[in-house]
Amino acid sequence: MGLKVFVPFSPWNRLLFLVALVGSEASSSLNESANSPAQHAPKSWFAASSSMPDERISVFELDYDYVQIPYEVTLWILLASLAKIGFHLYHRLPGLMPESCLLITVGALVGSIIFGTDHKSPPVMDSSIYFLYLLPPIVLESGYFMPTRPFFENIGSILWWAGLGALVNAFGIGLSLYLVCQVRAFGLGDISLLENLLFGSLISAVDPVAVLAVFEEARVNEQLYMIIFGEALLNDGISVVLYNILIAFTKMHKFEDIEPVDILAGCARFIIVGCGGVVFGIIFGFISAFITRFTQNISAIEPLIVFMFSYLSYLAAETLYLSGILAITACAVTMKKYVEENVSQTSYTTIKYFMKMLSSVSETLIFIFMGVSTIGKNHEWNWAFICFTLLFCQIWRAISVFTLFYVSNQFRTFPFSIKDQCIIFYSGVRGAGSFSLAFLLPLSLFPRKKLFVTATLVVIYFTAFVQGITIGPLVRYLDVRKTNKKESINEELHTRLMDHLKAGIEDVCGQWSHYQVRDKFRKFDHRYLRKILIRKNLPKSSIVSLYKKLEMKQAIEMVETGILSSTAFSISNQAQRIQGIKRLSPEDVESMRDILTHNLYRVRQRTPSYNKYNLKPQTSEKQAKEILIRRQNTLRESMRKGHSLPWAKPAGTKNIRYLSVPYSNLQPPERDTRAPESTDGDGSDPEFPPITFHAHSQTGLLQERRLTQELIPMRNLYRGGKAFGSGYEGNRSREEHAGRGRRAVLRPRPLFHAVDEEYESGEEAEGEASVAGSSWTAEHGHNMGHHESHSPLLQRK
Amino acid sequence: MGSRSSHAALIPDVENIRRETGFSQASLLRLYHRFRALDRSKKGYLSRADLQQIGALAVNPLGDRIIDSFFPDGSQRVDFSGFVRVLAHFRPIDDDTGVRDPKQPEPLNSRTNKLRFAFQLYDLDQDGKISRHEMLQVLRLMVGVQVTEEQLESITDRTVQEADEDGDGAVSFLEFTKSLEKMDIEQKMSIRILK
Repeated sequence: MGLKVFVPFSPWNRLLFLVALVGSEASSSLNESANSPAQHAPKSWFAASSSMPDERISVFELDYDYVQIPYEVTLWILLASLAKIGFHLYHRLPGLMPESCLLITVGALVGSIIFGTDHKSPPVMDSSIYFLYLLPPIVLESGYFMPTRPFFENIGSILWWAGLGALVNAFGIGLSLYLVCQVRAFGLGDISLLENLLFGSLISAVDPVAVLAVFEEARVNEQLYMIIFGEALLNDGISVVLYNILIAFTKMHKFEDIEPVDILAGCARFIIVGCGGVVFGIIFGFISAFITRFTQNISAIEPLIVFMFSYLSYLAAETLYLSGILAITACAVTMKKYVEENVSQTSYTTIKYFMKMLSSVSETLIFIFMGVSTIGKNHEWNWAFICFTLLFCQIWRAISVFTLFYVSNQFRTFPFSIKDQCIIFYSGVRGAGSFSLAFLLPLSLFPRKKLFVTATLVVIYFTAFVQGITIGPLVRYLDVRKTNKKESINEELHTRLMDHLKAGIEDVCGQWSHYQVRDKFRKFDHRYLRKILIRKNLPKSSIVSLYKKLEMKQAIEMVETGILSSTAFSISNQAQRIQGIKRLSPEDVESMRDILTHNLYRVRQRTPSYNKYNLKPQTSEKQAKEILIRRQNTLRESMRKGHSLPWAKPAGTKNIRYLSVPYSNLQPPERDTRAPESTDGDGSDPEFPPITFHAHSQTGLLQERRLTQELIPMRNLYRGGKAFGSGYEGNRSREEHAGRGRRAVLRPRPLFHAVDEEYESGEEAEGEASVAGSSWTAEHGHNMGHHESHSPLLQRK
Repeated sequence: MGSRSSHAALIPDVENIRRETGFSQASLLRLYHRFRALDRSKKGYLSRADLQQIGALAVNPLGDRIIDSFFPDGSQRVDFSGFVRVLAHFRPIDDDTGVRDPKQPEPLNSRTNKLRFAFQLYDLDQDGKISRHEMLQVLRLMVGVQVTEEQLESITDRTVQEADEDGDGAVSFLEFTKSLEKMDIEQKMSIRILK
């Protein structure tokens, strides 16, 4: 029922009008819980007017009910997104508190608005909606973004900790609370053991990943990171399995006689449910990987396949009462490796982003719903229960952490230190999972459901805010790094060098597998699985061309921002202040420090950083490209020179920097003046001294010849170079240079204007051109004529 | 380890290497397997190209220099003992070197040797000093494109100035060591898995 247009009466229109009126009457009758008084009036007006058939047609109508649910849901999500934007705008906030705090706050805000306006909130969350729609995306996302190699390397510890930890916590808290309930004074006597156990199971569902973002910069080691991540991953699944089993128990036995047979059956069921879910997930993962093998012509549906199969695995597992969560996790983990290789780049990006988006939406909704139920009338407060819940949560987590890790440390090559264990203990922040499970308790079985919900909410708020905010400082406090002391520029530079060095050597060492199982799997994978699941004939050319395109773009940018500009300026500057030692003021030092902080390349993080609410920004890729471009310069140079790599020379010889420039038309006149010595590779010509080209800048990535021959970068180069060249004997150098007459050898390789940047020599580039056996392709640039600036600085030895 | 059981016998000259580098048998074995994995054409030694195959090194700003450090003295190939010798610098410092025979050469992973290794990365011409130019080179490698030349120059000046004590405009090894005496080199230049 939208807008009605005023139309003149005609029989046809009369019919339409009648239909419309009937419709509006129906809608207005449905409209009991009117939202705002403003909307009441028009409705009632319609209701009144609809009795008379020849009433005027309304020009404008409102029908809020029709869109209420999607409308409000959209508004909530938008509000949360705006809050997130604001959160990240102030860049220090994400380091202070986890984003889940923000979401909780937004939820509470929305809740208070709804409460304040006495609006009946749409029933977003009931059991089926939660388990069928809201939960799978969250679990899928955490399964998909999990780094597989460290996960499997630490899988023993992770399973031990996540599985046993959840069980220990659940039963521990449940039993302790039961004991507390036995105390008559608290008025909790009617809560049975089963209910307590159930409460324990749902309250032990932690969400530690939420705090990961907070101590990311403390550079936790990989093992710790994986344990926390692994726990988050498996914890949800295990809690839900336990929850379902206990609910089944509660349904069966409303009174307290549970036979040992049932307990055994429960344990067996736990194992079967868990493992069955995983098996299902793996099967579906393989199927979807197999299917993506054939989708190269229709890459638009690739994300669809990925999502649908994961979801299907969840649903299929749930049909058989197996753990859907573990199924979808296993599916994501299995699928990821093969899918990533098969799908196109854009599909891959789409999948990543879409997954983040879905999980973000789900989580937002859950938190908002949590906020809504916080500010409401359906609470039951019982001091004893709530305080003891909080207390026991912490105590039991501490117990489980320290005992379980004590045991597992005996078997680990790299045991977890006490500091690590403290961090793990403190990261036991509860999140949306617990709340959902509490909220969905069937009221019929749990007369004191409100108490549980209240207690859960208290625990969540407490842990999320108190622990979430203080874990950052705690980690920094525990961290050995001396961050307080201001490092001198010297130290900062050298530290960064060492970090890069260490990262590089670690890369040389490679990843060491601890288990032969993993190697066996890899062999098996390589021999069989990959052949089946991965596409044949991956079109490498597209990847290569994409890379080239990106590199070109990057190179252009680099030139334009001036990094590839001539350093002739600087060289002349250097010449001038070679002896000057400047005394720098503190502000200068500060600004230097600033420059360094912002511009030093980051060390490659081996641990893939996972942020639950964000995808990694692209800066590291940009950095990687810059480094690659520079390297390619030097590599091309060295390759062109053949084997005489600039750095591999005996001590004493300095490095050469020379310029090779695209062949140009201005050449012939000059060359013809002298007998061109097209001696290819004859470097040590007795007549001419070894030439060292004093070239500039780290420039010169000219576009490849097979692409365009734009000489713009060259112009930038030479502009600066000119000033330099004038300091030297222009004529003489020109002569010599022309005299060398090195013919441009048209090599199949594109001609690059590249400069080897690693020269240790100072301003005077002395030294031999160690060109033993290399082919010189020192062409003259076409600007060379009037700029012999960048022309070689020749020196007679 | 299945087919790769402790074939220490596979490693040439294993005893000497062990003594010199201080690696445990297990680590040496792992390093040997890594060596073999890198040496794709099974030549028995590694060339520069083999090391350049390591993708992660390509995006390391110091990647080339790190590769060079494996090839001292202009050689083009590195055998296993050379490979391990370089990596030995990154062993964590043994806590239990209470009493060390002063006559024996310092272990490769001592603080001095670690620093010397880092020093080498700067000092390409091996003259025992880091000239201002060499420092500038390294700085340029490590910094993004936004920094102008003048800024780099002044940072280099400052760096050299801070460390240089005898005023020769270059940083000798001793000056280098001294400027870093407060830093926890042992931790920075140790890789945990290389026990």
